[in-house]
Formats: sequence, C-alpha cells, structure tokens
Amino acid sequence: MRRIFGWTVMAVIVVITVFPFWWMVRTALTPAGDLLTDNAGLLPRDPTLINFARVLSLTSEAEARAAGGSGAHIDFARYILNSVIYCGLIAAFQTLFCAMAGYAFARLRFPGRDLVFAIIISALMVPPIFTLLPNFVLVKDLGLINTMAGMVAPTILMTPFAVFFLRQFFLSLPRDVEEAAILDGNGPWGIFWRIALPMSRGPLITIGITTTVWAWKDFLWPLLVGRGEENRLVTVALGVFLQQSPNTQPDWTGLMAASTLSVVPVALLLIFVGKRLVQSLNFTGSK
Amino acid sequence: MSSTKRRDDRRAAWWFLVPVLAGFAVFYGYPAIRGAWYSVTDYTMLGTPAFVGADNYDKLVHDSQFWRSLLVTVWYVVLNIGSQTVLALLVAALMHRLTRSVVLRATLLLPWLVPNVTVGLLWMWLLDTNLGFVNHLLTTLGIGPVGFLTDAALAMPSIAAINTWAYAGYTALLLYAGMLQIPQYLYEGASIDGAGEWRMFRSITLPLLRPVLALVLVVSLIGSFQIFDTIAVTTQGDPAGATRVLYYFIYQQAFSYFQMGYASAAAVFLALILGVLTAVQMRLLRASTSDLA
Repeated sequence: MRRIFGWTVMAVIVVITVFPFWWMVRTALTPAGDLLTDNAGLLPRDPTLINFARVLSLTSEAEARAAGGSGAHIDFARYILNSVIYCGLIAAFQTLFCAMAGYAFARLRFPGRDLVFAIIISALMVPPIFTLLPNFVLVKDLGLINTMAGMVAPTILMTPFAVFFLRQFFLSLPRDVEEAAILDGNGPWGIFWRIALPMSRGPLITIGITTTVWAWKDFLWPLLVGRGEENRLVTVALGVFLQQSPNTQPDWTGLMAASTLSVVPVALLLIFVGKRLVQSLNFTGSK
Repeated sequence: MSSTKRRDDRRAAWWFLVPVLAGFAVFYGYPAIRGAWYSVTDYTMLGTPAFVGADNYDKLVHDSQFWRSLLVTVWYVVLNIGSQTVLALLVAALMHRLTRSVVLRATLLLPWLVPNVTVGLLWMWLLDTNLGFVNHLLTTLGIGPVGFLTDAALAMPSIAAINTWAYAGYTALLLYAGMLQIPQYLYEGASIDGAGEWRMFRSITLPLLRPVLALVLVVSLIGSFQIFDTIAVTTQGDPAGATRVLYYFIYQQAFSYFQMGYASAAAVFLALILGVLTAVQMRLLRASTSDLA
C-alpha cells in the first residue's frame, strides 16, 4: 500500500520531468499555422518535418518564410558542430592538463608544492563573474573575439576544481606499482603515462563527461566572445534566434525544433554513458 | 619505501605543471587583480582605466537599482533553494526507499543536462500567455490565462519554478548518493519496532544526511546567486526590473552601458558574498568526508 502511494508520487514526478520535452518535440512537429487551433492532443494533427528542415538550413529562404521563419539564415547543423568542437577541445585538454598537474601535486617532490597547490585551490573562491569582465577585455585586446581560440581560452588549460579532484584521486592510488616502475628505471613521465593514467580511467572519464556537460551548457562567455555566425555555439544561436523572432509572435515551431536539436546530443550522451554519469554524482568522496 | 634519500623532481614537475600554471596565471590570477583594479577606475573599454578612488563603490551604495537587484536576487534564492531542496529531498527519499533503478535516475537527470537557454525557451513556450500549454490547461479548468513571465509579481516565482524543474533531479541524485551511505539495518530495525516511513525519514535519514545536505545546500546557494541564463532568455530583467538579478545588473552595466569600472565594483560585491559561501563549502567538504568515509 505504502509502496503504491510512493510509486504514484514518483510517476507524477517523472511525468512532470519528461512531459515538457515531449511538448517541445510535439511543437517542433506542428506546422506553424496550426499552433492556434491544434494545441491539445499528444500528437499534432498534420505532423511535419519542415521546422527541422528550415533550422538546419535545408530549405530555401522562401520556403522557410512560408513555414513561419523570419528569413534570417539559420544553420543548427553548424552550431551543433561548433558546440561539439568546443566541448571536445575543452574536455580533452582540460582533463589531460589537470591530470598532469594533479599527479605532480600528489606524487612528485619539489619545493613550494603545497603552497602552489593552495594558491590554485583558493581560486575556487573567485566567482566566474569577477574574472569574466577582465577576461573579456583581455581576449578582446588579443584580437580573439569571434574565434574558437578566444572561446576556449579561459577553460581549456585548467579549472581549479579539476586539479583538486584529480589530485585527490591520485593520492588514493596504491604506491607499490609506481615504486616497482621506478626500480625498472622509469622516470616521472613514464610512470604517469604508462601506469598512473591507465589506472585512473574511471575518474578521468568522469571529469571528462562532467566538463563536457558544463561546456555544452555554457552561454554567457560564448555569447560575449563568439556571437559571430562562424563559431556560434548552439546556446548562443538559440538566443540569437529568439531575438530575431518577432516579440509579439515568436516563431515557436522553429524555436522548438532548434531546442530539440540542442537536446539530442546530451540525450545521446545520457544513453551511452548515463550509468557512469549517474554514479559519478556523489559528493561523499567514495569515488 | 626504498628510496630514503630525498627525491627531487623539480625539473619533471615543471613540465607537468606548465599548462595549468599558465592557465591559472593568465585567466584566474591576472584577471582577479585586474578586476579589483577596474572597480576603482572609470573605464568604458575605450582608452585606459582612469583611477577614481572609491567613487564606484560610493555610487553603488546609493544606487537604488543595485539594492533592488540585490533584493530580487535574495528573493529568487529563497524561492529557488526552498522549493528545490524540499522537492529534491522528497524525490531522493522516495528513490532510496523504492528502487535502485539507473534508468529512473538517468531520467530525472535529463533536465540538468539540457542548456539553461533551452530550458528557458522551453518554459517560455509552455508558459506563453496566449498559446502556451500551461495556460491552455488552466483555461480548460476555468482559470483565466496567467501572464507567468509578464506579471511583475509572478515573474520571479515562475523563474524560480523553472530552475527548480531544471535542477531538482540533479540535487535529488546528490542527496540520494548520500542516503546510500546510511546503513540499511537502521531501517530494518526501525521497521521491526513499528516505525512508519515519515518517522524513519525524520529520525534516521535526515539526521544522518545532515553533512551531505549541508554541502548540497551551499553548492546550490552558490549556483543560485549566479542565476543569469534563464533570465537573459526569458524576461531580460523585466517586467520593470522585477527579475533584474545581481548577475544581470552587472552584465547590463558592463555590456549595455559599458560601465566596466562600475560593473566591476558590483562584481566585487557579489564575489564577497560568494567567497564567504565557498569558504563555508570547503569547511563542510572537509567535515563531510571525515564523517562519512
């Protein structure tokens, strides 16, 4: 009895979680002209793919206009590719560089080690908005506005959290394998590449996935630095799309088609690495 | 350990650390100093910053828009953290007592994976006064269309609700992970003694979850104070400043009015609030690992 009640509440919560996504897809499949009359029912009366086609720039300007578009050039295939490149670059390099530093802080011996580590960790207390304004000025002065280099610059080399997280992990690795490798004549590099990295696949993937998700959601920084069409990310493109759409009568079918496209890659991520992602959400430090 | 003589990996360490040290110096250290410097200058991004002493701070303290934005932010934080924490606790406790399903957990995580911009757009559409699904539903039930995002009194609660939808599942999973650390036999024993679910939640789950709950709360608070994306997409600070939170205020000063110095002073203020919260977080992080590990 109690379990039935519990499951009922849970079912309501799942419906509230999932339904908005369904309505997004449903709207994307509805012809723009039908929005006023066809607004009940789980499926549109005359499903169409035209909204997806026009936000992927697969239609002519006239066709897009006829289907409810503003006529502005929109190509979400390109924006998604940009976002994938952006996330891939940041996740791959940030994870590698932070693993190197984390390993050095955990295992190597050099003067000033703990002091340098403490300084880096203290940056966790500096909120992004504080460094955002000067970083924008810096990237602008370097002439990197509207370039991928400018967009990834602040996060591709490190985040204090990733250094902290990976150092904690390397500290927990058993030392004996590494000691044996030293006796075999391996230097720090050899041990790092051949032993420490392969032993830490789990945490490396965890931090890589988490970084990817946050990078996928990034909005303010890429909006400031990468508004240009060429390197525009999905999130920025959605914002620009909304701005181009008339305030009184937004292009909802097109916007929902574009929104759906922005969800597809993370939904795929959830399907393929969902288990690891779900299990990595753990603050208690057991993994 | 075989090597008792002090090893010195100075040269190797340097190569291990170069990328991170460079990234830290250029994009954390240097801008932090520059940000503090901007806050005592008049700077419009053209020309060079001109030192003006404490003028920006003086102006800030007398700026009613700034105080309003601070108030609006706190109002949002209270609404969002309140609803999000209660809901997340409920979901986590339900999952903890009902199932270990990974599919269910992944489903609840979905809104968190989606960009805030998409979440904002999606709910802007669902809450649209004329065509939105929610208002369609309300009209069917005989309650007139409600301007969720256009009514000054409703806009902030609506945005808090939107972000609760986006983050409650994620928060619930963090709390759930904490609940998994609680030994199962405690529940079995209580059950034999005839305790109900609510009693077990109050006497076992909540007290033993406290370190994790405190940590999750502080992390959510820090995130909540930095709300920006959802507002930038849906209301842009409107109606009449009812949703102009601190982050949006700073953004407008910097990039709409090009008052970099003034914006930096406001950012220093927000940084102080967040700095205190983060310091608390790091304390709790140490406390929670030693308690439960």
